[in-house]
Amino acid sequence: MGPLQIAERIKEQFPDDVLGYTEFRDQVTVSVKRDNIVGICRYLHDDAEMGFDYPASLCGVDYMPREPRFEVVYNLYSIKHRHRIVLKADVPESDPNIDTVTGIWTGVNWHERETFDMYGINFNGHPDMRRILMPEDWEGHPLRKDYPVTGPAREWKGYEEVRDRKRKFAEFEWKPLK
Amino acid sequence: MGVIVEPAKPVVTPEGVQIYSPNVVVASIEKLINWGANTARLNSMWPVTFGLACCAIEMMTTGSAHYDLDRLGVIFRGSPRQADFMMVAGTVTKKMSSIVRRVYDQMPEPRYVISVGSCACSGGIFNTYAVVQGCDEFVPVDVYIPGCPPRPEAFIEGLVKLQDKIRAEEHRWGLFR
Repeated sequence: MGPLQIAERIKEQFPDDVLGYTEFRDQVTVSVKRDNIVGICRYLHDDAEMGFDYPASLCGVDYMPREPRFEVVYNLYSIKHRHRIVLKADVPESDPNIDTVTGIWTGVNWHERETFDMYGINFNGHPDMRRILMPEDWEGHPLRKDYPVTGPAREWKGYEEVRDRKRKFAEFEWKPLK
Repeated sequence: MGVIVEPAKPVVTPEGVQIYSPNVVVASIEKLINWGANTARLNSMWPVTFGLACCAIEMMTTGSAHYDLDRLGVIFRGSPRQADFMMVAGTVTKKMSSIVRRVYDQMPEPRYVISVGSCACSGGIFNTYAVVQGCDEFVPVDVYIPGCPPRPEAFIEGLVKLQDKIRAEEHRWGLFR
């Protein structure tokens, strides 16, 4: 099935949830509402003609001045039918929540954790919604556009402890007495 | 200063005294021990295998057959307790820094640190929230090797620099230091 046909089929199936689709160089992107993302994904996975069994990627995007600010992007691929589609769901900053699709593809577990870690988008119903890359007690979400590149003014507590160890253990170093 | 290996035989000094020579070594004990300990240390420097990023690939290259660190007496050890120095090879993130420090703390004295590559020396191109701006912020560094990543020749040059440093050391022989 061609990508435009897939987009049309999704639109037929979920007329209330699909906002539209765009095509760029044979890649079709379907914009959907976040409310029924699990239903759409379940349909794409279970339907025999769709058969999207491989979630190639799941990530977040921050379009900062825009409202809604965030977007979650699903890159789906079907190994059986060799076709792919991109789903995009807007997530507003005031309520950064979206339902998890780990129930459909287990492999997106860590992708969703990374999206949560980097953008602060919460995935409702995720079995293990923790940070994956940054330390657990890190403050802020680094890939947000308003996050300073060199980090917040206050140093992370864990690294301060490491730096203190240099000072604390300096007396045990073998130094020349001369 | 030197070591006598040939058997003693009678010789005549410029003053006209016949002695059995050479059979006496005169030196301060500091120099004597430093000579023995430093030579031993610099000829068998064992690093702890500790790679963090792409510099570690270059470290492996330096260690393998073509450049062959074994000829300098450098043998990679799996345990920090058997190691003499640590090569911090690669980008040190803040999350990793406590582990680097722990490996350093587990090494027995005398211990040395070589900072390998731009990232470990100064943070390199990664002036970001997650990367330590130079591993000398939390471990004392003896030799810096610049490069991104450094060539194996630069590695060997750095090791020779460390050997020079160890050779020149004084008052560093353990309990009686």
